[in-house]
Amino acid sequence: MKLDRRQVLGLTAGAAVLAVAGVRVSPVSAAAEETAKRVMQFTGGKKPEAGKITLKAPEIAENGNTVPISVSVESAMSGNDVVASVIILAEGNPNPEVATFHFTELSGKASATTRMRLAKTQNVVAVAKMKDGSVYSVTRQVKVTIGGCGG
Amino acid sequence: MNSTTLKWAGLFATATVFAAGAAVAEPDNNTLVIDGNQLVTDVEAPKGSPLSRIYSGWRFRSPETQTFEMDDFENPAFPAVEQGEALWSTVDGEAGKSCATCHNDASETMKGVRASMPKWNEKLGKPHTLETQVNACRTENMKAEAWKWEAPNMLAMTAYIGLQSRGMPVKVQTDGPMQKWNDNGKELYYTRVGQLDMSCANCHEDNYGKMIRADHLSQGQINGFPTYRLKWGGLGSIHRRFSGCMKNIRATPYKRGSDEFIALELYLASRGAGLSVETPSVRN
Amino acid sequence: MAKAKPRVKVPKSAKAGEVITIKTLISHKMESGQRKDKAGKVIPRNIINKFTCEFNGAKVFGCDIDPAISANPYLEFTAKVNESGEFKFSWFDDDGSVYETSKKIEVK
Repeated sequence: MKLDRRQVLGLTAGAAVLAVAGVRVSPVSAAAEETAKRVMQFTGGKKPEAGKITLKAPEIAENGNTVPISVSVESAMSGNDVVASVIILAEGNPNPEVATFHFTELSGKASATTRMRLAKTQNVVAVAKMKDGSVYSVTRQVKVTIGGCGG
Repeated sequence: MNSTTLKWAGLFATATVFAAGAAVAEPDNNTLVIDGNQLVTDVEAPKGSPLSRIYSGWRFRSPETQTFEMDDFENPAFPAVEQGEALWSTVDGEAGKSCATCHNDASETMKGVRASMPKWNEKLGKPHTLETQVNACRTENMKAEAWKWEAPNMLAMTAYIGLQSRGMPVKVQTDGPMQKWNDNGKELYYTRVGQLDMSCANCHEDNYGKMIRADHLSQGQINGFPTYRLKWGGLGSIHRRFSGCMKNIRATPYKRGSDEFIALELYLASRGAGLSVETPSVRN
Repeated sequence: MAKAKPRVKVPKSAKAGEVITIKTLISHKMESGQRKDKAGKVIPRNIINKFTCEFNGAKVFGCDIDPAISANPYLEFTAKVNESGEFKFSWFDDDGSVYETSKKIEVK
């Protein structure tokens, strides 16, 4: 069979789709469970509420090696309204832990930016723990393009 | 692979050929400004080019990847650039010299160097790339050991030297003794090789702007090298990228520093004439 | 590997009580412990596992870092400055090394 260029491009693309489909079959729920367990550890068993915390991440990451993420929590950062820490977890990585930020009143704001590795398309979870013990969380899906070309 | 999977593969392949044809995502319209200086990321193609307009690879990247290059602090290549700056004035070799001994302040003496490489060298009887020029200085003038093509020190030094030309238009000599090299590079560019039987042109001339699998194909311009690739998690040379492309099409890559890769580098530089040097760029 | 090199970006001056943005980056391969070498052997983990920032001896910001942070770890955060002084930044390597740097800021 002689393939012309377009067919080759298509075939390679087809293989990529299959690869993604293959990954989807794997038990995502186990990883999500592990992440949920980590969240509970972090919050001391308290179920986080929605709101207050924002997670910024690309909808589609061009490369899973370096995905920029920013997290910020609404807070006066003084008195009782202080964010103590924020944990970032990735459901689909070999280990869910990514980073834990620790803030103080001297932080001024509860916001931080870093760059993370994502093994595949998955949910990224951020949980904030306030000084008064309340906890908030947010989840965002980041699609990771597998392989691509590019040597 | 069983027959069901094969059928699926076929279906997917057909669907995606369609998508590749339909999903034409041209380069974006973003503007690259670094430190208040605007760089040229698209320009009318040089005379004799099969393209009408040429675009820096930056224009094909996602906004997040683009942002990494727009601030020298956020650009992950800069620790290496600083390493290059330190090496510039570090004495090495039996002659007791550093780069700075002869070339003083790189920000003046190295201005424009990256933009004009590869450059003909009479003594050598062939073009110097930035890497071979650095090593010629090291072995002949400094009496120091040559660095390997992809050694961290070499990448740091070529990134530091390249940065001094950032914003200057790429302009290489292609006539006189360089013509033969440029012609050889052109021939390599259009020759189909490897098990996939593809040439550089098949992707980077005929299909740039389209998606190949999940990747947005660029014109394969080399104005930002050495480049920090997110995939590599570090800097890499032009020849490393060539090598990666050749592996992708299941061909046996030429060696880094081979006459073939030097010729191809020259030809690609000439195809990118007029684009700003972006060293050290950031790509996916 | 080559010695890790920290970089930080802090404004030279600020108004009293101003919240400033600090950017930090350190050159480090962040070997995750998940990769295998050509012989199929797991490459042992070697990462920067912790970062701290202090101002005149008081804690400003800290981060526990896991292998999922990218090579050449980048951290951007804020600090409220009430007086002139010095920021101290520390990165802690799995191998026991501590990389430190500091930056002064003038409050006008």
